[in-house]
Amino acid sequence: MLREIYINETNCITPLGFDVESNISAILNGDSGIQLHNDVSLMPNPFYASIISDEKINSAFSKISTETKYSRLEKMMILALEPIIKNSNVELNSKTAFILSTTKGNVTALANDSEESFNNAHLDVLAKNVADFFGFQTQPIVVSNACVSGILAVSVAKRMIQSELYDTIFVVAGDEVSEFVLSGFNAFQAMSELPCKPYSKNRTGVSLGEATAAVLVSANLATAKIKVIGDSSINDANHISGPSRTGEGLFRSIQNALKEAQIEANKLDYISAHGTATPYNDEMEAIALNRLDLQNVPVNSLKGFYGHTLGASGLLETVIAIESANQNKLFESKGFDEIGVSEDINVIEKNGEKKIDYFLKTASGFGGCNTAVVFEKMKL
Amino acid sequence: MTQNISYIQSYITIQNNEIVLNGTSVFKIEPTDFADFSKQAYRNFEMQYPKFFKMDALSKLAFLGSELLLSPITSTEQENNIALVLANKSSSLDTDVKYQESISDKENYYPSPAVFVYTLPNICLGEISIRHQLKSENSFFIFDAFNAEFLSNYSGILLNTNKADSVLCGWVEFFNESYKAFLCIISADENTKYKNETINTLYNK
Repeated sequence: MLREIYINETNCITPLGFDVESNISAILNGDSGIQLHNDVSLMPNPFYASIISDEKINSAFSKISTETKYSRLEKMMILALEPIIKNSNVELNSKTAFILSTTKGNVTALANDSEESFNNAHLDVLAKNVADFFGFQTQPIVVSNACVSGILAVSVAKRMIQSELYDTIFVVAGDEVSEFVLSGFNAFQAMSELPCKPYSKNRTGVSLGEATAAVLVSANLATAKIKVIGDSSINDANHISGPSRTGEGLFRSIQNALKEAQIEANKLDYISAHGTATPYNDEMEAIALNRLDLQNVPVNSLKGFYGHTLGASGLLETVIAIESANQNKLFESKGFDEIGVSEDINVIEKNGEKKIDYFLKTASGFGGCNTAVVFEKMKL
Repeated sequence: MTQNISYIQSYITIQNNEIVLNGTSVFKIEPTDFADFSKQAYRNFEMQYPKFFKMDALSKLAFLGSELLLSPITSTEQENNIALVLANKSSSLDTDVKYQESISDKENYYPSPAVFVYTLPNICLGEISIRHQLKSENSFFIFDAFNAEFLSNYSGILLNTNKADSVLCGWVEFFNESYKAFLCIISADENTKYKNETINTLYNK
């Protein structure tokens, strides 16, 4: 019999707040982190993105450490993990693992042409720096699977605890807005001129964002916030830089996750989808959801609040979705106006109340990757 | 540990201008650069897949290794539920550095989508999935060194929970002309050929 797996602690560091509570009140308020930026060190032209101010990061970090050696992203990751490690009272022994998930990590270090800086661009070095701050005893595990990294890390944590190699796993996910990533998405002509509009008729692409999120995954029922009941990550096997037109990988990922969860698709009360606001991605998601007869389930993309935070997005959006479920609230899919995908889906247009027992989190990314995870609310 | 009975079915190592399949050297040439080595290996095994030449070095390395392990066991007639679980140390840094060079000099600024897409280590999983039509579990991990314990436990749980029928797992490291690939196929089918070996002993051979 495999162990049952739970998420026991959550936290996030975003432009909307440095804890879960402040993020939820900002979302209920309709605030967005996406602003117009005019910074030629990042982009030659003005651009919309969701960026955290350096002052906020440094001021929060100075309250927990006087060390100056950490990169900006490392500080954001440490800030996300610190309160949950402290609250959990979990001993960092040989049965406690640390998973770091990221798409590009400290890629900004490549802009500086020194050997030391180059070393810091390595993801295992990033993971070691963060792990050593807290004193983890086990070798850090880095998940780097493009934009599904953050939610895939929850699957990996679940699987590793079920394999009984570990009992408890702290998971952090994070990515920054950088010249590297902005120029790349721009070269793909995937950037939106205006704040992104997931699933909308007039969507033209992504707004990029930055954030970190952290969760504690364990088999400990006593402190559980939510139960992880099914997961799957299936490749489209179709194209390295575009989604499958039939949504095959996402369709199969959701189908497998529901099968493992042993629930029918009609049990789902809410879907926290990926919704990057690129024409192809959102269309692909709508097709996959319709193939599973999920077109009437309320769905949102949180990209209108946070932008696309790459590897962080899946975990950040899970943290917010857990609040959605536990507070029985549906949050608006910010930026949405008129449906712009060929098959109808039930995009949440304004905040509302709904009893949520089961929800689905999905993500998709370059390389044809997709991840779906099904969660069940704890019964009181 | 739960009962994860799994067996190594086949393995391959690519390093130092040589390919060793199941312990036997199947291709070896005089020292040369990786671009030349990979092209000669591709021709030697008569791989018919022109997309190979568009790949970055990490994807070429992963492709060559997986090609020799998967071609004998995959078929186009049926679904092949073979999970891909790969890891390395340098992620996609070899291509990241090249991409960074294309944006560092504002007088000579030429970011290319064809390069940018390879600044993700999991792209090589996508390439293998497309080649063998594997609509299966796939994930890419980074460690400071080969982590046999993690790879075998993670592969074991995929087999044990029926998320995959077999797993192609291993290490594909490429940075600045320094490379090593070690890949193996693991499944629950009994195979006594490598019963005294583990992925760690095979990696270190």
